[in-house]
Amino acid sequence: MISDAAQVKGRRLTWFSLQHKYAPYLFVSPFVVVFAVFGLWPIAKSLILSFYATNGPKSQVFVGLDNFRFLFRDADFVRAVWNTSVFAFWSVFLQLPLSLGLALLLNKKWMRGRELFRLAFFSPNLLGQVFVGVLFSVLFIPQYGLVNKALHAIAGRSVPLDTKWLADPNLVMPALVLTSLWMYSGFNMVYFLAALQAVDQELYDAALVDGANGWQTFLHVTLPGIKPVAVFVMIMSTIGSFQLFELPYIMLGNGPGPDRAGLTIVMYLYNTGFVTGDLGYASAVGWTLALGVLMISLFQMKASGAWKGASE
Amino acid sequence: MKRELLLRLVRVATYAMLIFLAAITITPMIWLLAAAFKNPDDLFHYTFFSPRVSLGNFVDLFTTVDFMRYLINSVFVSCTVVVVQLFFSSLAGFALAKYNFRGKKAVMILMLATMMIPGQVVMAPLYELIYKMGLVDTYVGLIVPGAVNVFGIFLFRQSILQVPDELLDAARIDGCSEFRAYWNVIMPVSRPMIGAFCLISFMGTWNSFLWPQIILQNSDRFTLPIALNQLVSLYSHQYGTLMAGTLLSVLPVIVLFVILQKEFVAGLTAGAVKG
Repeated sequence: MISDAAQVKGRRLTWFSLQHKYAPYLFVSPFVVVFAVFGLWPIAKSLILSFYATNGPKSQVFVGLDNFRFLFRDADFVRAVWNTSVFAFWSVFLQLPLSLGLALLLNKKWMRGRELFRLAFFSPNLLGQVFVGVLFSVLFIPQYGLVNKALHAIAGRSVPLDTKWLADPNLVMPALVLTSLWMYSGFNMVYFLAALQAVDQELYDAALVDGANGWQTFLHVTLPGIKPVAVFVMIMSTIGSFQLFELPYIMLGNGPGPDRAGLTIVMYLYNTGFVTGDLGYASAVGWTLALGVLMISLFQMKASGAWKGASE
Repeated sequence: MKRELLLRLVRVATYAMLIFLAAITITPMIWLLAAAFKNPDDLFHYTFFSPRVSLGNFVDLFTTVDFMRYLINSVFVSCTVVVVQLFFSSLAGFALAKYNFRGKKAVMILMLATMMIPGQVVMAPLYELIYKMGLVDTYVGLIVPGAVNVFGIFLFRQSILQVPDELLDAARIDGCSEFRAYWNVIMPVSRPMIGAFCLISFMGTWNSFLWPQIILQNSDRFTLPIALNQLVSLYSHQYGTLMAGTLLSVLPVIVLFVILQKEFVAGLTAGAVKG
């Protein structure tokens, strides 16, 4: 009897130590398997594919660097890069300052109803880009659209009621920037607000004692305090902007818009890869996008580091 | 006295500014709500709410197209993805937070590296792969490539790192297997992160457009974003019906957000501030 119990206990112990040893491998294995098949393999395959011309998934011809050569000579691609860059520019230099401004307004100690304001500013982010696209394509219509009505009431004749936001090549980008401003300002504000609340309160007290004015305090206490988060938000926002697709695709009726004013890099990728069916060419577009975004991110990290050195 | 007055003025101005900006922000949503319940004749007659409340747009939506089907498809796909991603992400996050094992560093580096690569890079080869597996136009092909969420694993790793080791050791001494330690110790204390992750994951899937657009062909399987995009041309002059469809498409996420709001904001900013 006793030896039986000891045997059972011994077996239990080995099972117990075995499962302890192999548990972490078991726990990460579903992730590793799915990730290898549907993450790593496609990344490797897209590198290979980018040297092929394909017609759908069935026929492939090796073309070397031709995809990349053609890419930079294609006026559509150049236009897409330009449009996307303009959009990204406004995301960083218009939207982020606005987000920071909102966060600063909300970060006052005496502020009542902060949660409610935060909820209001954040709420557009809950709506997906497709749904926002459908909603704003109606808000932007000439004559009856809410945007024209409101702007006409405020600005009078300079914004006529029949302003054709989505049919005028010069107004497509402003319409897209406005829509994304509406959608994402509150999203980035949440990050800034969290960062502001984490800044050491003693630093503000010290600045007050030293007789710093509001602007000096902002420059020398607030900005350095939120810098890591600010750099993070800037990089994420740039990466997100370069992937712009749904908003123009939906708002412009599944196309690039008048005079290709709303053609973006991902829209170009989608059209060449999945409408025309050249998966190889689409891979080349994808890698060009990835490398471009990586270079811009590295530049931003470096530039913000230099900015830190200059301010100290 | 003068200083007091100035301070008060600043406060009033700040509130006024915030209220003005908040009003601009919620106006499109109020308009959407109003438009969905307006009689088609009233849509542009009244800027916002009309005195006649009408359900005609919704009736139109459910009778002329199979909108219910798209709703059910979206709910099914999104809930499946949330459950699968939640399980895989928390399990892997647990392993990466609380164990030392061979290859851990390699896994982490690979995860970080791929987070830098935009998802669109792999669209073409992923489609080719799904095509060769014969999974085009199936929910398996739609869901499985997104079954793991690298961002989610990082979120869970971050929050599980803060669970004290003593708690796990106590469970082990009581005879808990590692999986039971995960299930009975780690998961219950990770509830805020689970809430945040469910919302992030649900939102991502519910609103996703590009991959479903590539993979799904038969309209019986369409999820809401693709279906609504098709309705735009169908209802090109029936804005009311279109707005009713848009309202129903955004409502589930808003409801879920109201339920999980606190957890969500905490989870969203956790990585950014601590990291």
